Amino acid sequence: MAKTLFEKIWDRHVVTTLSGPADGVAPPVAGQAGGTTLLYIDRHLVHEVTSPQAFEGLRLSGRKVRRPELTVATMDHNVPTDEALTIRDPISKAQIDALTANCREFGITLYDLASERRGIVHIIGPELGLTLPGTTIVCGDSHTSTHGAFGTLAFGIGTSEVEHVLATQCLLQARPKTFSVEFTGRPKPPVGAKDLILKLIGMIGTAGGTGYVLEYGGEAIRSLSMEGRMTVCNMSIEAGARAGMVAPDDTTFQYLAQPGRPFAPQGEPFERALAFWRTLPSDPGARFDRTLTINAAETAPQVTWGTSPGMVVDVTDRVPEPDQVPGYARKDVERTLAYMGLTPGTPMTEIAVNAVFIGSCTNARIEDLREAAGIFEGRRVAAGVRVLVVPGSQQVRRQAEAEGLDAVFRAAGCEWRQSGCSMCLGMNPDQLAPGERCASTSNRNFEGRQGKGGRTHLVSPQMAAAAAIAGHFVDIRTWAT
Amino acid sequence: MGDLMEPFRSHRGLIATLDRANVDTDQIIPKQFLKSIARTGFGPHLFQDWRYLPDGASNPDFPLNAERFRGASILVVRTNFGCGSSREHAVWAIQQDGFRAVIAPWQQRGDTRIPGFADIFRNNSLKNALLTVELAEAEVEEIFQMVDRYTGLEATVDLDRQRVTLHLSEELAFHFEIDPAVKARLIHGLDDIGLSLRHEASITTFESTHDPQLSSPAPARRVGPGEFGVR
Repeated sequence: MAKTLFEKIWDRHVVTTLSGPADGVAPPVAGQAGGTTLLYIDRHLVHEVTSPQAFEGLRLSGRKVRRPELTVATMDHNVPTDEALTIRDPISKAQIDALTANCREFGITLYDLASERRGIVHIIGPELGLTLPGTTIVCGDSHTSTHGAFGTLAFGIGTSEVEHVLATQCLLQARPKTFSVEFTGRPKPPVGAKDLILKLIGMIGTAGGTGYVLEYGGEAIRSLSMEGRMTVCNMSIEAGARAGMVAPDDTTFQYLAQPGRPFAPQGEPFERALAFWRTLPSDPGARFDRTLTINAAETAPQVTWGTSPGMVVDVTDRVPEPDQVPGYARKDVERTLAYMGLTPGTPMTEIAVNAVFIGSCTNARIEDLREAAGIFEGRRVAAGVRVLVVPGSQQVRRQAEAEGLDAVFRAAGCEWRQSGCSMCLGMNPDQLAPGERCASTSNRNFEGRQGKGGRTHLVSPQMAAAAAIAGHFVDIRTWAT
Repeated sequence: MGDLMEPFRSHRGLIATLDRANVDTDQIIPKQFLKSIARTGFGPHLFQDWRYLPDGASNPDFPLNAERFRGASILVVRTNFGCGSSREHAVWAIQQDGFRAVIAPWQQRGDTRIPGFADIFRNNSLKNALLTVELAEAEVEEIFQMVDRYTGLEATVDLDRQRVTLHLSEELAFHFEIDPAVKARLIHGLDDIGLSLRHEASITTFESTHDPQLSSPAPARRVGPGEFGVR
């Protein structure tokens, strides 16, 4: 029978299906998805925020980590991004220290603050070759969907599930449904990956993908680099889908074969893995529970105006009227507009910004920084705008410096920082002040996400850079300084 | 967490309503509270930025601060509750502020079924015996209206019979669906890890033929400055 990419990966990770009185569960009901599957997890990524209570749970119940060699940890959410890496907040420090102690106690590989390979967990996974097609990856972080760009089944979990994976290397899961999203045509640069995914979220809403695994395909996706595919898959969760995937192809294999990926198979094992990876793409005629087609060639640069990633318009549009937002109740939109300090009818290009954040697991890979630097080159940040450029990992940072991108950013008036999650969620001191308005390359524009009272507009790296220079949003397709 | 979970069979309590859709976990428990390494202490910070004024006083405009909702243990909300981050701290905060169940509507919008709860939030809730109940949009609307009309309205959430009953002079009841496996685990208070470990032999058998890392090098061999590996 023809199978989808998701089904091929799911099926090879089913340990057993729990059913019957011995499991204390009723047998699966006909017509209901799946019953309860014990699914094997090939790689577990751990960070400091969602793991301490899980390790504590293991200690309390006297359990061990079943496969420490399949578990890799780093610290990213709390870490400072200043040159001196000063952790001023003692509670942040305690959480970082707890991860170090837990990794030592349970024998888990850790990339700590002193490591040259540390960074945002979803950026270093692929860099290190931890992210492999055909495998399963989980992490106590909703943006684990990023790894799906490699044809990996990867999804975020909560702390109880982190403990479950540590103890059993498995998860109890109900089988999700499948949703094919086909992007036809090619986006016209400077329109890119971020615009495609924001466009999709605007179309199906922030719950449109709930219960599904998305598979992205079509010419537009095939033409994207791995960096671009990761940007798309990263925001699957913003459409409600725990996982998003792209079928592996030569672009994927070339990425995996690059030197400096210590965890990827090497030599003969690589050749064997390659033969397996080539069997993964969805078979012709494989059925999806839902399908959608989006014209990538006609997609415009996207800008969010509200406090939900689904509140998004073309840069050429205006802030909508409260009763003209499909999928959102009028009173919710009115609350949002009040929070955002926006008046309906205002052209998006007339919205001025005070801050720009270029970073996060969505858009802080080398290609994102190159694109932003291309806009900053020979230009200056507008007066009164502060710009933070935070590379996604120390490796991205070194690469950017080797290419002279840091000099471009600095000359334009941006701050060049060390890597981490930073102002995407402001767990460290990188935060917006109340009322500050930010063009951000991150993934969530929720109220207070980047700092209490802060106002976030999600955009691509080029759109963010152009807003920094102009002092307001611009249509980068026609903009000239 | 490793212990047997507290079972959930049936719960009667005061209903509180929050008339907002797409409430994300950043609102339920803001980032600054995620630095804790404990599992307790989150209750007072539930909806922190909505609940308190900048000076720390209770915000009179936030619906859940209403006197009539004091002591509520059943929270009724709108669609897509708990979207966003995977933080389980959101569930802990709701529970530690006294709630045992959350009710949200699903909604049909064109060819899309908008669920009451975001996926990861619902998973996290059920792992902690915070019951998430999904009802039809019209049913939840009715609950909102009844709560508006009758101060002190209580409900019983009966998991065994899969029923929410409003205790009006004439009782109003709504049936809800739940995965039978999840229901059984909640009713018996079964610990998921213990349950999975009953299948340890199956896991070991599976591992004997499954190569999780496709013959990649093991991490212990690749340890650099600031890194340490499996001992």
